[in-house]
Amino acid sequence: MLNGFLALLLCQLLGELLVLVTGMPVPGPVVGMVLLLLALIVFKRTPDSVRLVSEGLLRHLALLYVPAGVGLMVHLEMISQYWLAILVALFVSTLITMLVTVLVFRLVGKLNNSAGEP
Amino acid sequence: MEFWVYFAAKPLFWLIVTLAVFMFATALNKRSGGTPLLHPVLVAMAIIITFLLLTKTSYETYFEGAQFIHFLLGPATVALAVPLFDHFERIKTMWLVLLVACVTGAVSAIVSVLLVGLLFDLPTGVLLSLAPKSVTSPIAIGIVEKIGGFPSLAAGLVLITGAMGCLLSPLIFKLLGVKDDAVKGFSLGLSAHGFGTAYAFEVSAVAGAFAGLAMGMTGLLTAFLLPVVISLMGLI
Repeated sequence: MLNGFLALLLCQLLGELLVLVTGMPVPGPVVGMVLLLLALIVFKRTPDSVRLVSEGLLRHLALLYVPAGVGLMVHLEMISQYWLAILVALFVSTLITMLVTVLVFRLVGKLNNSAGEP
Repeated sequence: MEFWVYFAAKPLFWLIVTLAVFMFATALNKRSGGTPLLHPVLVAMAIIITFLLLTKTSYETYFEGAQFIHFLLGPATVALAVPLFDHFERIKTMWLVLLVACVTGAVSAIVSVLLVGLLFDLPTGVLLSLAPKSVTSPIAIGIVEKIGGFPSLAAGLVLITGAMGCLLSPLIFKLLGVKDDAVKGFSLGLSAHGFGTAYAFEVSAVAGAFAGLAMGMTGLLTAFLLPVVISLMGLI
Protein backbone atom coordinates (compact mmCIF):
# COMPACT_ATOMS: atom_id res chain seq x y z
CA MET A 1 0.00 0.00 0.00
CA LEU A 2 2.87 2.37 0.76
CA ASN A 3 4.30 1.61 -2.69
CA GLY A 4 1.05 2.73 -4.20
CA PHE A 5 0.93 5.97 -2.22
CA LEU A 6 4.54 6.69 -3.16
CA ALA A 7 3.69 6.08 -6.83
CA LEU A 8 0.80 8.59 -6.68
CA LEU A 9 2.95 11.22 -4.96
CA LEU A 10 5.81 10.71 -7.41
CA CYS A 11 3.44 11.16 -10.36
CA GLN A 12 2.16 14.34 -8.75
CA LEU A 13 5.70 15.61 -8.15
CA LEU A 14 6.70 14.88 -11.76
CA GLY A 15 3.51 16.64 -12.88
CA GLU A 16 4.33 19.73 -10.79
CA LEU A 17 7.87 19.73 -12.16
CA LEU A 18 6.65 19.52 -15.76
CA VAL A 19 4.25 22.41 -15.17
CA LEU A 20 7.04 24.47 -13.62
CA VAL A 21 9.45 23.78 -16.46
CA THR A 22 7.04 24.19 -19.39
CA GLY A 23 4.86 26.94 -17.83
CA MET A 24 1.64 25.31 -19.07
CA PRO A 25 -1.52 26.70 -17.45
CA VAL A 26 -2.56 23.31 -15.99
CA PRO A 27 -2.30 22.20 -12.34
CA GLY A 28 0.41 19.67 -11.52
CA PRO A 29 -1.89 16.87 -10.24
CA VAL A 30 -3.74 16.79 -13.59
CA VAL A 31 -0.45 16.28 -15.42
CA GLY A 32 0.34 13.66 -12.76
CA MET A 33 -2.89 11.85 -13.63
CA VAL A 34 -1.90 11.77 -17.31
CA LEU A 35 1.56 10.46 -16.36
CA LEU A 36 0.10 7.67 -14.21
CA LEU A 37 -2.31 6.73 -16.99
CA LEU A 38 0.60 6.51 -19.46
CA ALA A 39 2.55 4.39 -16.97
CA LEU A 40 -0.42 2.00 -16.56
CA ILE A 41 -0.80 1.73 -20.34
CA VAL A 42 2.89 0.86 -20.70
CA PHE A 43 2.69 -1.51 -17.72
CA LYS A 44 -0.55 -3.06 -19.08
CA ARG A 45 -2.01 -3.56 -15.59
CA THR A 46 -2.65 -1.73 -12.32
CA PRO A 47 -0.42 -2.92 -9.45
CA ASP A 48 -2.49 -3.98 -6.41
CA SER A 49 -0.86 -1.38 -4.15
CA VAL A 50 -1.75 1.47 -6.53
CA ARG A 51 -5.31 0.18 -6.87
CA LEU A 52 -5.76 -0.11 -3.10
CA VAL A 53 -4.65 3.45 -2.36
CA SER A 54 -6.44 4.95 -5.36
CA GLU A 55 -9.75 3.32 -4.61
CA GLY A 56 -9.45 4.36 -0.96
CA LEU A 57 -8.84 8.00 -1.90
CA LEU A 58 -11.58 8.08 -4.54
CA ARG A 59 -14.12 6.53 -2.17
CA HIS A 60 -13.67 9.52 0.14
CA LEU A 61 -13.23 12.14 -2.56
CA ALA A 62 -16.09 14.26 -1.18
CA LEU A 63 -14.37 14.75 2.21
CA LEU A 64 -11.31 16.24 0.50
CA TYR A 65 -13.38 19.18 -0.76
CA VAL A 66 -14.46 20.34 2.73
CA PRO A 67 -11.39 22.41 3.75
CA ALA A 68 -11.44 24.45 0.51
CA GLY A 69 -15.21 24.87 0.77
CA VAL A 70 -15.00 26.32 4.29
CA GLY A 71 -12.94 29.09 2.63
CA LEU A 72 -16.28 30.55 1.50
CA MET A 73 -16.47 32.14 4.97
CA VAL A 74 -13.83 34.66 3.91
CA HIS A 75 -16.26 36.00 1.31
CA LEU A 76 -19.52 36.02 3.30
CA GLU A 77 -19.95 39.77 2.84
CA MET A 78 -19.65 39.60 -0.93
CA ILE A 79 -21.91 36.55 -1.05
CA SER A 80 -24.65 38.20 1.04
CA GLN A 81 -24.66 41.02 -1.50
CA TYR A 82 -24.82 38.91 -4.66
CA TRP A 83 -26.15 35.52 -3.53
CA LEU A 84 -29.28 35.47 -5.67
CA ALA A 85 -27.48 36.39 -8.89
CA ILE A 86 -24.74 33.86 -8.14
CA LEU A 87 -27.19 31.04 -7.43
CA VAL A 88 -29.29 31.77 -10.53
CA ALA A 89 -26.16 31.96 -12.71
CA LEU A 90 -24.85 28.66 -11.34
CA PHE A 91 -28.22 26.93 -11.64
CA VAL A 92 -29.00 28.04 -15.20
CA SER A 93 -25.46 27.32 -16.36
CA THR A 94 -25.31 23.85 -14.78
CA LEU A 95 -28.64 22.97 -16.38
CA ILE A 96 -27.50 24.17 -19.83
CA THR A 97 -24.12 22.42 -19.48
CA MET A 98 -25.69 19.05 -18.67
CA LEU A 99 -28.29 19.30 -21.44
CA VAL A 100 -25.69 20.29 -24.04
CA THR A 101 -23.29 17.54 -22.96
CA VAL A 102 -25.90 14.76 -23.08
CA LEU A 103 -27.33 15.92 -26.42
CA VAL A 104 -23.95 16.42 -28.11
CA PHE A 105 -22.67 13.11 -26.75
CA ARG A 106 -25.66 11.34 -28.30
CA LEU A 107 -25.62 13.23 -31.58
CA VAL A 108 -21.92 12.69 -32.26
CA GLY A 109 -22.21 9.10 -31.06
CA LYS A 110 -24.96 8.47 -33.63
CA LEU A 111 -23.07 10.19 -36.46
CA ASN A 112 -19.95 8.25 -35.54
CA ASN A 113 -21.79 4.92 -35.55
CA SER A 114 -23.58 5.50 -38.84
CA ALA A 115 -20.35 6.71 -40.46
CA GLY A 116 -18.65 3.49 -39.40
CA GLU A 117 -21.30 1.31 -41.07
CA PRO A 118 -21.02 0.58 -44.80
CA MET B 1 -11.67 29.19 28.70
CA GLU B 2 -7.95 28.53 28.82
CA PHE B 3 -8.33 24.93 27.63
CA TRP B 4 -10.25 26.20 24.62
CA VAL B 5 -7.51 28.63 23.64
CA TYR B 6 -5.00 25.83 23.98
CA PHE B 7 -6.86 23.25 21.87
CA ALA B 8 -8.25 25.65 19.30
CA ALA B 9 -4.74 26.67 18.33
CA LYS B 10 -3.75 23.07 17.61
CA PRO B 11 -3.94 21.80 14.03
CA LEU B 12 -5.04 18.39 15.38
CA PHE B 13 -8.25 19.88 16.79
CA TRP B 14 -9.42 21.27 13.42
CA LEU B 15 -8.45 18.07 11.66
CA ILE B 16 -10.70 16.15 14.05
CA VAL B 17 -13.52 18.70 13.69
CA THR B 18 -13.40 18.34 9.89
CA LEU B 19 -13.49 14.54 10.01
CA ALA B 20 -16.15 14.28 12.70
CA VAL B 21 -18.46 16.88 11.16
CA PHE B 22 -18.13 15.24 7.73
CA MET B 23 -18.99 11.83 9.19
CA PHE B 24 -22.02 13.34 10.90
CA ALA B 25 -23.07 15.06 7.64
CA THR B 26 -22.70 11.77 5.75
CA ALA B 27 -24.87 9.95 8.29
CA LEU B 28 -27.47 12.73 8.07
CA ASN B 29 -27.46 12.46 4.28
CA LYS B 30 -27.96 8.67 4.41
CA ARG B 31 -30.83 9.09 6.82
CA SER B 32 -32.52 11.61 4.53
CA GLY B 33 -32.37 9.18 1.60
CA GLY B 34 -29.23 10.57 -0.03
CA THR B 35 -30.72 13.81 -1.34
CA PRO B 36 -28.09 16.11 -2.94
CA LEU B 37 -29.85 19.03 -1.21
CA LEU B 38 -28.25 17.79 2.00
CA HIS B 39 -24.98 16.95 0.28
CA PRO B 40 -22.49 15.94 3.01
CA VAL B 41 -19.91 18.49 1.80
CA LEU B 42 -22.39 21.38 1.85
CA VAL B 43 -23.78 20.39 5.26
CA ALA B 44 -20.26 19.94 6.69
CA MET B 45 -19.21 23.32 5.25
CA ALA B 46 -22.24 25.06 6.80
CA ILE B 47 -21.67 23.49 10.23
CA ILE B 48 -17.93 24.22 10.28
CA ILE B 49 -18.34 27.81 9.04
CA THR B 50 -20.98 28.46 11.72
CA PHE B 51 -18.74 26.94 14.36
CA LEU B 52 -15.74 29.04 13.28
CA LEU B 53 -17.79 32.24 13.22
CA LEU B 54 -19.27 31.53 16.67
CA THR B 55 -15.84 30.82 18.18
CA LYS B 56 -14.29 33.77 16.27
CA THR B 57 -11.71 31.45 14.72
CA SER B 58 -10.03 32.62 11.53
CA TYR B 59 -9.98 30.52 8.37
CA GLU B 60 -6.16 30.51 8.52
CA THR B 61 -6.22 28.85 11.96
CA TYR B 62 -8.76 26.30 10.77
CA PHE B 63 -6.78 25.58 7.63
CA GLU B 64 -3.63 24.78 9.62
CA GLY B 65 -5.40 21.59 10.67
CA ALA B 66 -7.58 21.03 7.63
CA GLN B 67 -4.67 21.34 5.19
CA PHE B 68 -3.76 17.72 5.83
CA ILE B 69 -7.06 16.66 4.29
CA HIS B 70 -6.82 19.32 1.60
CA PHE B 71 -3.39 18.02 0.63
CA LEU B 72 -4.86 14.64 -0.37
CA LEU B 73 -6.75 16.29 -3.26
CA GLY B 74 -3.48 16.15 -5.21
CA PRO B 75 -2.85 12.38 -5.00
CA ALA B 76 -6.61 11.78 -5.37
CA THR B 77 -6.56 13.64 -8.67
CA VAL B 78 -3.62 11.47 -9.80
CA ALA B 79 -5.56 8.38 -8.64
CA LEU B 80 -8.29 9.09 -11.19
CA ALA B 81 -5.96 7.45 -13.72
CA VAL B 82 -6.86 4.03 -12.25
CA PRO B 83 -10.61 3.93 -13.14
CA LEU B 84 -9.66 5.57 -16.45
CA PHE B 85 -7.25 2.78 -17.25
CA ASP B 86 -9.81 0.14 -16.22
CA HIS B 87 -12.14 1.36 -18.98
CA PHE B 88 -9.47 2.41 -21.41
CA GLU B 89 -10.54 0.03 -24.20
CA ARG B 90 -14.01 1.52 -24.35
CA ILE B 91 -12.69 5.08 -24.05
CA LYS B 92 -10.28 4.49 -26.96
CA THR B 93 -13.09 3.58 -29.35
CA MET B 94 -15.08 6.67 -28.33
CA TRP B 95 -12.42 9.36 -28.33
CA LEU B 96 -14.05 11.58 -30.99
CA VAL B 97 -17.43 11.62 -29.23
CA LEU B 98 -15.75 12.36 -25.90
CA LEU B 99 -13.63 15.18 -27.29
CA VAL B 100 -16.49 16.94 -29.11
CA ALA B 101 -18.87 16.56 -26.14
CA CYS B 102 -16.19 17.86 -23.79
CA VAL B 103 -15.32 20.97 -25.81
CA THR B 104 -18.98 21.96 -26.39
CA GLY B 105 -19.90 21.19 -22.78
CA ALA B 106 -16.97 23.11 -21.30
CA VAL B 107 -17.52 26.15 -23.52
CA SER B 108 -21.25 26.26 -22.79
CA ALA B 109 -20.49 26.06 -19.05
CA ILE B 110 -18.20 29.10 -19.21
CA VAL B 111 -20.28 31.20 -21.61
CA SER B 112 -23.66 30.54 -19.97
CA VAL B 113 -22.52 31.38 -16.43
CA LEU B 114 -20.84 34.59 -17.63
CA LEU B 115 -23.88 35.68 -19.65
CA VAL B 116 -26.27 35.22 -16.71
CA GLY B 117 -23.73 36.97 -14.45
CA LEU B 118 -23.47 39.91 -16.86
CA LEU B 119 -27.26 40.08 -17.00
CA PHE B 120 -27.26 40.57 -13.21
CA ASP B 121 -24.47 43.15 -13.48
CA LEU B 122 -22.08 41.24 -11.23
CA PRO B 123 -18.67 42.87 -10.61
CA THR B 124 -15.79 41.56 -12.73
CA GLY B 125 -14.03 39.89 -9.78
CA VAL B 126 -17.10 37.77 -9.04
CA LEU B 127 -17.60 36.96 -12.74
CA LEU B 128 -14.02 35.77 -13.07
CA SER B 129 -14.48 33.60 -9.96
CA LEU B 130 -17.68 32.13 -11.45
CA ALA B 131 -16.16 31.30 -14.83
CA PRO B 132 -14.40 27.99 -13.96
CA LYS B 133 -17.29 26.71 -11.79
CA SER B 134 -17.60 23.38 -13.60
CA VAL B 135 -13.93 22.53 -13.05
CA THR B 136 -12.59 20.54 -10.11
CA SER B 137 -11.44 22.86 -7.28
CA PRO B 138 -7.64 22.44 -7.52
CA ILE B 139 -7.79 23.35 -11.22
CA ALA B 140 -10.37 26.12 -10.71
CA ILE B 141 -8.23 27.71 -8.00
CA GLY B 142 -5.20 27.65 -10.30
CA ILE B 143 -7.16 29.20 -13.18
CA VAL B 144 -8.68 31.98 -11.05
CA GLU B 145 -5.28 32.87 -9.61
CA LYS B 146 -4.05 33.33 -13.18
CA ILE B 147 -6.98 35.42 -14.50
CA GLY B 148 -7.45 37.57 -11.40
CA GLY B 149 -10.60 36.52 -9.53
CA PHE B 150 -10.94 35.42 -5.87
CA PRO B 151 -9.53 31.87 -5.53
CA SER B 152 -11.34 30.88 -2.31
CA LEU B 153 -14.64 32.27 -3.61
CA ALA B 154 -14.12 30.21 -6.75
CA ALA B 155 -13.47 27.08 -4.64
CA GLY B 156 -16.80 27.57 -2.84
CA LEU B 157 -18.75 28.26 -6.03
CA VAL B 158 -17.30 25.13 -7.58
CA LEU B 159 -18.72 23.11 -4.68
CA ILE B 160 -22.18 24.66 -4.97
CA THR B 161 -22.11 23.88 -8.70
CA GLY B 162 -21.17 20.29 -7.88
CA ALA B 163 -24.16 19.87 -5.57
CA MET B 164 -26.48 21.45 -8.17
CA GLY B 165 -25.21 19.07 -10.84
CA CYS B 166 -25.97 16.05 -8.65
CA LEU B 167 -29.38 17.51 -7.81
CA LEU B 168 -30.32 18.20 -11.44
CA SER B 169 -28.90 15.02 -12.98
CA PRO B 170 -31.75 12.58 -12.12
CA LEU B 171 -34.27 15.04 -13.59
CA ILE B 172 -32.26 15.57 -16.77
CA PHE B 173 -31.57 11.86 -17.26
CA LYS B 174 -35.28 11.15 -16.89
CA LEU B 175 -36.31 14.01 -19.17
CA LEU B 176 -33.93 12.92 -21.94
CA GLY B 177 -34.35 9.21 -21.26
CA VAL B 178 -30.64 8.61 -20.65
CA LYS B 179 -29.95 4.91 -20.00
CA ASP B 180 -26.25 4.63 -20.88
CA ASP B 181 -24.03 4.85 -17.79
CA ALA B 182 -21.21 6.24 -19.92
CA VAL B 183 -23.35 9.27 -20.90
CA LYS B 184 -24.55 9.69 -17.33
CA GLY B 185 -21.05 9.65 -15.93
CA PHE B 186 -19.58 11.87 -18.61
CA SER B 187 -22.17 14.63 -18.20
CA LEU B 188 -21.90 14.43 -14.39
CA GLY B 189 -18.11 14.69 -14.43
CA LEU B 190 -18.15 17.51 -16.96
CA SER B 191 -20.71 19.73 -15.23
CA ALA B 192 -20.18 18.73 -11.60
CA HIS B 193 -16.47 17.70 -11.42
CA GLY B 194 -15.51 15.69 -8.30
CA PHE B 195 -18.99 15.86 -6.75
CA GLY B 196 -20.44 14.48 -9.93
CA THR B 197 -17.71 11.85 -10.08
CA ALA B 198 -18.38 10.74 -6.50
CA TYR B 199 -22.09 10.61 -7.35
CA ALA B 200 -21.42 8.70 -10.58
CA PHE B 201 -19.41 6.04 -8.72
CA GLU B 202 -22.61 5.35 -6.78
CA VAL B 203 -24.43 4.75 -10.09
CA SER B 204 -21.82 2.26 -11.38
CA ALA B 205 -18.08 1.81 -11.90
CA VAL B 206 -18.47 2.57 -15.61
CA ALA B 207 -20.28 5.84 -14.85
CA GLY B 208 -17.56 6.70 -12.34
CA ALA B 209 -14.77 6.06 -14.84
CA PHE B 210 -16.40 8.24 -17.49
CA ALA B 211 -17.08 10.93 -14.88
CA GLY B 212 -13.42 10.91 -13.83
CA LEU B 213 -12.41 11.13 -17.48
CA ALA B 214 -14.79 14.04 -18.12
CA MET B 215 -13.54 15.81 -15.01
CA GLY B 216 -9.91 15.50 -16.11
CA MET B 217 -10.62 16.47 -19.73
CA THR B 218 -12.80 19.43 -18.74
CA GLY B 219 -10.14 20.63 -16.30
CA LEU B 220 -7.41 20.45 -18.93
CA LEU B 221 -9.50 22.03 -21.70
CA THR B 222 -10.91 24.78 -19.47
CA ALA B 223 -7.43 25.76 -18.30
CA PHE B 224 -6.54 26.49 -21.92
CA LEU B 225 -9.94 27.73 -23.18
CA LEU B 226 -11.05 30.02 -20.36
CA PRO B 227 -8.49 32.84 -20.85
CA VAL B 228 -9.42 32.92 -24.56
CA VAL B 229 -13.18 33.01 -23.89
CA ILE B 230 -13.04 35.78 -21.28
CA SER B 231 -10.80 37.96 -23.42
CA LEU B 232 -13.21 37.44 -26.34
CA MET B 233 -16.03 38.57 -24.02
CA GLY B 234 -13.98 41.62 -23.07
CA LEU B 235 -13.63 40.77 -19.36
CA ILE B 236 -9.85 40.99 -19.16
